[in-house]
Amino acid sequence: MLEIRNLKKSFGTQRVLKGVNLKIKNGEITVIIGSSGCGKSVLLRHLIGLMKPDEGQILLDGMDLTNLPKEELKRVRMRFGMLFQDAALFDSMNVYENIAFPLREHRRVSEKEISEAVKQRLQEVGMKNVERKLPSELSGGMRKRVGLARALVLNPEIVLYDEPTTGLDPITSRAIDDLIVQTQQNIQGTSIIISHDIRATLRIANTIAMLHDGAIVAVGSPEEMMNHENAIVRDFLDYGLPKNFRA
Amino acid sequence: MVLVEFGGFIVTMVQGIRALFIRPFRINLIFKEAETIGVNSTFIILLTGLFTGAVLALQSGKAFRLFNAEGVTGAVVALSLFRELGPVMTGLMIAARSGSSMAAQIGTMRVTQQIDALEVMAVDPVSYLIAPRIIAAFVMVPLLSIIFDMMGIFGSYLVGVGMLEINEATFFEKIEAYVKTEDMWDGLIKAAAFGIIIAVVGCRKGFLTEGGAEGVGRATTQAVVIASVTILIADYFLTAMMF
Repeated sequence: MLEIRNLKKSFGTQRVLKGVNLKIKNGEITVIIGSSGCGKSVLLRHLIGLMKPDEGQILLDGMDLTNLPKEELKRVRMRFGMLFQDAALFDSMNVYENIAFPLREHRRVSEKEISEAVKQRLQEVGMKNVERKLPSELSGGMRKRVGLARALVLNPEIVLYDEPTTGLDPITSRAIDDLIVQTQQNIQGTSIIISHDIRATLRIANTIAMLHDGAIVAVGSPEEMMNHENAIVRDFLDYGLPKNFRA
Repeated sequence: MVLVEFGGFIVTMVQGIRALFIRPFRINLIFKEAETIGVNSTFIILLTGLFTGAVLALQSGKAFRLFNAEGVTGAVVALSLFRELGPVMTGLMIAARSGSSMAAQIGTMRVTQQIDALEVMAVDPVSYLIAPRIIAAFVMVPLLSIIFDMMGIFGSYLVGVGMLEINEATFFEKIEAYVKTEDMWDGLIKAAAFGIIIAVVGCRKGFLTEGGAEGVGRATTQAVVIASVTILIADYFLTAMMF
């Protein structure tokens, strides 16, 4: 289990995280929602050690990730995969090289095994015949799929998604949502998603946590959150949904 | 402020050099960077070297002719090239060409989260991005400096012997008499130091980029300016120590 305890982070005088507490269960899709600029991405970056908090702990199976030595943190990161908001594919490498990159760095495998792994991952994210294309030749949705394939190639236990559907059209967004659910079923691990796409959140989340004013103000299942006593939570979910929405 | 910046460059240099001795050894990346910094810069170094030597010979040859000493033109040009102009001009050219490219490339990777992606994939960005560039520049700038020197001497030969009609045998004899092997070595040591300066400044400026496309532009400009100024300052102190 991943547990965030009293996490605080400020940038100069701006306090972004004012004491975040959250338990993320294994084997579930947890979506952290909140308005733009509320610190969701900052929270996600702390989970994988890209930022150091001013105070607080992030416990993975009891181990505090916030003060691990560099080499230990590297080992822990191998248990994570992350899909960045704009996929963050290496633009100097083609799709094949991007997906093969983690394997080349961390596994002693033959070129044949790498080729098979790349093919399999691309198949899982619903892509084919794109191996030789450069990231600049791909659409936003395709880049996210390739980014996900790269994030999954080392079989991570925990997959982090930073606003996976932002900037995508509704059809592609739906396809990415389905892919996240399918990925979760395949890896049988933990998925943590940062999003303000309420429609997608209600469709795929097992647990929703709402970040507001630097703290988690509500945690629950989609049904619990829709009927939450906190008006901020209800309003946020209501405004984010089109009329006659069906999950 | 300047001291903090200077300290930052020293830290980057130490981290980069240390990463060279930690597995995995990134030989392929070192060769790739050596090609970018060295091989791809050869033409511009050939061209600038040729004309630098030519103009030096033109200026000094005419001046020496006033007191019938034009025979030493080749030696003066060769000494200037080996000791100063070869390494400094090569350093400035590579700072403009490759230092800017390093800052822009790494800066773009920073603002598009590609460096974050490296870290998330448990790859040390210093080992992957900075260390290969430092060693490649350390090796390639002296090699380019040799090419610059040779082309400069060739340029001065064309002007001195071809245009100013200096005796060919005297031209080479004076070079042999006045230029010592130490002059060449000192020039190469300078060029190697300039290579490290170019790579460290370019990489650090790129690494610390923030603020999107504007930030990348700013980092690129700063990398060229800081590397060029640092090369000239370092040249003074290295010269004071060597000669």
